[in-house]
Amino acid sequence: MAGTKQLIDENGVRLDGRKWNELRPIKLQVGVMKNADGSAYIEWGKNKIMAAVYGPKEVHPKHQVLPDRALLRCRYHMAPFSVDERKNPAPSRREIEISKVIREALIPAVIVEDYPRTAIEVWVEVLQSDGGSRVAGITAASLALADAGINMRDLVVGCSCGLIGEQVVSDLDDTEDKEGNGDMPVAIMPNLGLVSLLQVDGVYTRENFQKAFELALEKGKQIYQMQREALTTRFFGGEAQSTEIEEAAE
Amino acid sequence: MPMIQRKQVIPGDVVAKGNYRYGSYIEKRGEEYVALRVGLAEVGRDGIKLNPFTGPYLPRTDDEVIGKVVDINGFGWVVDINSCFDGFLPASFVFGRDFSPATHDLSSKFRVGDVLGARIEAYERSRDPQLSIRGEGYGKISSGEIVKISPTKVPRVIGRRGSMINLISERTGCDIRVGQNGVIVVDGSPDGIVKAVKAIRLVEEETHAPDLMAKVEAALGGSVVGGD
Repeated sequence: MAGTKQLIDENGVRLDGRKWNELRPIKLQVGVMKNADGSAYIEWGKNKIMAAVYGPKEVHPKHQVLPDRALLRCRYHMAPFSVDERKNPAPSRREIEISKVIREALIPAVIVEDYPRTAIEVWVEVLQSDGGSRVAGITAASLALADAGINMRDLVVGCSCGLIGEQVVSDLDDTEDKEGNGDMPVAIMPNLGLVSLLQVDGVYTRENFQKAFELALEKGKQIYQMQREALTTRFFGGEAQSTEIEEAAE
Repeated sequence: MPMIQRKQVIPGDVVAKGNYRYGSYIEKRGEEYVALRVGLAEVGRDGIKLNPFTGPYLPRTDDEVIGKVVDINGFGWVVDINSCFDGFLPASFVFGRDFSPATHDLSSKFRVGDVLGARIEAYERSRDPQLSIRGEGYGKISSGEIVKISPTKVPRVIGRRGSMINLISERTGCDIRVGQNGVIVVDGSPDGIVKAVKAIRLVEEETHAPDLMAKVEAALGGSVVGGD
């Protein structure tokens, strides 16, 4: 572990000045694209990601139609300029896999049975990439789905945790992801208390796994509050209000 | 006086606990009633209702819609009704029971590109919605401007017992037809149309302003257009 020492110093401070359990700054915005049915934009550390939702619409090609529910299509794509060295715009093996896991993370929240014979398309476009773009993509995509007015059981929020040496840390950035010892992206549905994505790489002790997983849940709930705020700001111009009024005489 | 609780909700929020009757966009989980959409929930004596702020148009039986003919096949017209499903108007509904593809020319009645006012005759999840033009006022719409708005905002454009639509119509001298699918046809003098479209856009933008009626009234100005 030659590189490990530099990632986190003796005071427990990371390269960008965070403590082990701190998040990078997050900015969320809903309804950013006029031509999409729903859209959201997220800035998470150096990540800049757009998510757009189109649909429900007719399925093409027709043989993919599902008679009892909607077909949820997801595409995760990194723009050629999103990384230091130009990325070939063709979908890579990694992007195809991430598209698949994003789909599988979102589908338990979307009530696909309400839209039979249709397709709902989710496009996640990474404009600038740092570590943890799949969880950032999931966070933005679920907001875009809510913005599109698709029936959902809950929002989905993602957060990653990981290991630097034997230290569990939250929200890895690009360097920590590459140089560190483990990465664990987790997506949750906070109101339902369910996990919809759990991926792990690296070698964890039982204790570290437990600690990292619980940290991801805790941080996810923290990000959910920001997600909420972004959605209520868009539709209610602030926090969600509750009022009592007299029943109007008809 | 019985009280109504109004709550702004997002998907996953608990609207109420207990035992209520509940409508669309709400799911019951044990004791809790959970919102499935962004919108305004109303918890009253007779149940829970959720008025969504955003969303696509899904056909419902007996909805009045405005659509455009996109295709003609041997048995009827395919109509785009601003939804994920195309509407289908069977030729037998137009020509009568003795319709036969050999003797009747469908394009003599409606051509591709024609705009129709129609009613959803039947719709269930397994089949595309069936349209009908039986009844007064249905059929081809030959003049006017088409304005599309979000289908969730249609009730606001119409207003309580048609108050909003009547106001706009009176002040601009326009005929305004609103389809439940979010398609509106405005017909009248050119100036009137411009004003009416502006007013409709205002309603769309400020849907939930408490003094919407006053704002629209101010935007329309005091005088009645086209009164000369």
